Amino acid sequence: MKSAEEILAAIKTALPEAGVELVPNPSPSAQHSLRLDPAHALAVASFLRNDPELALDYCSNATGVDWPGKEITEKVKVTKVVDGVETIVEETVKRVQAGYLEAVYHLYSMKHAHREIAGPVVLRMRTVNRTDQVELPSLTPVWRSAEFQEREIFDLFGIVFTGHPDLRRILMWDGFEDHPMRRDYVDPDDFEYEPTPHDEVLKRAEQHKANTGVTA
Amino acid sequence: MAVEPDLKIELGKQGVFVTTISEIYNWGRKNSVWPMQFGLACCAIEMIATTMARYDLARFGAEVFRPSPRQADLMIISGTITKKMAPQVVRLYNQMAEPKYVIAMGACAISGGPFKQGYNVLKGIDRYIPVDVHIPGCPPRPEALIHAFMTLQARIDAQPLTGGDRPRHLDADAQGLFPVPEQGAHDLEPPVNRLVWPLPAPSTSGKPTGSCE
Ligand code: SF4
Repeated sequence: MKSAEEILAAIKTALPEAGVELVPNPSPSAQHSLRLDPAHALAVASFLRNDPELALDYCSNATGVDWPGKEITEKVKVTKVVDGVETIVEETVKRVQAGYLEAVYHLYSMKHAHREIAGPVVLRMRTVNRTDQVELPSLTPVWRSAEFQEREIFDLFGIVFTGHPDLRRILMWDGFEDHPMRRDYVDPDDFEYEPTPHDEVLKRAEQHKANTGVTA
Repeated sequence: MAVEPDLKIELGKQGVFVTTISEIYNWGRKNSVWPMQFGLACCAIEMIATTMARYDLARFGAEVFRPSPRQADLMIISGTITKKMAPQVVRLYNQMAEPKYVIAMGACAISGGPFKQGYNVLKGIDRYIPVDVHIPGCPPRPEALIHAFMTLQARIDAQPLTGGDRPRHLDADAQGLFPVPEQGAHDLEPPVNRLVWPLPAPSTSGKPTGSCE
């Protein structure tokens, strides 16, 4: 099986304008992934499946990740003129990193009989933000097995897959409005009766008591 | 009116069989309970095992599992009730003819079990319909289900046919239909039927009940 770097090089040769990036994984597993530009994702996906060398014909898994926006505090060194002398001063800078949603696909090749042990080829796509620009191209036209899993991502994370043949909620009911796997999801306050509360549940039970004034 | 047990035995020796209407009526009812053929999750596998040759629930008269609520009088809630499924469970219960009974089998059916804090699982079916017997366990053994079934039989046997404790089908004013919850934007609406699931009694310490202090 080819490494992520080799696959990246192959994509760059075949589709020079595709805008694929390597997302390194610094952990010992070193399972690097390829981040696709949503605009060219379908072309890259078709290439990965159809190229005889790669023949990644099997998408075993598709899932979502929620990356909420966060404030990052960084120390930067800046050169300043203090009392007429140029000195290097450390300054603390805060910046807000916008959140986004991510879809992750795991690919194998049946043709080349990839083993689980070699790890899958991992693709990622990111939305622009978490609120109103949450569209990503569906990869179901390329890998049929992604159909239900993309529906699940749509249901639980709220990523809208354009080009999906049947994008409906799959686990929750149609009238449901939230996306339960998002990190800022608040589940309904039914903590009125918790026989053995502890940790988070104890907090929620006490919160419920404060909200409703009902002691349980 | 009950018959003196000694007198009954004495008469039996003479070849005279004495009984009361309620006794023979309840004897018939308790020995031909027809459960509904309906499983929700892993507990259903144990329920199926209970009906098979090794455990053989048929010995207790609950042999015919019926695939239609119209022909069943026992609902065994065997498994996790997701919030997506809960309205259907209540609707099926409403469609059963009186007299009808409910066994909540396993931790999930009682309280949500291992999935209690999940966004998609109902915290126990007794929030919407009255339950006669609860079985703890995850999953309960087939023996536990048989025990629950025998408990239910004892309950049926003890039901008087007149008076305030009479079964619902003999009480014209009794509540027979239970409101089916709607699937709302964030949760089931209403989240609980207060008529069957009143708030637990307030604890004296002012803390949530059972907190380990
Ligand atoms: S109680 Fe345990 S065995 Fe039964 S449905 Fe729930 S998780 Fe499955």
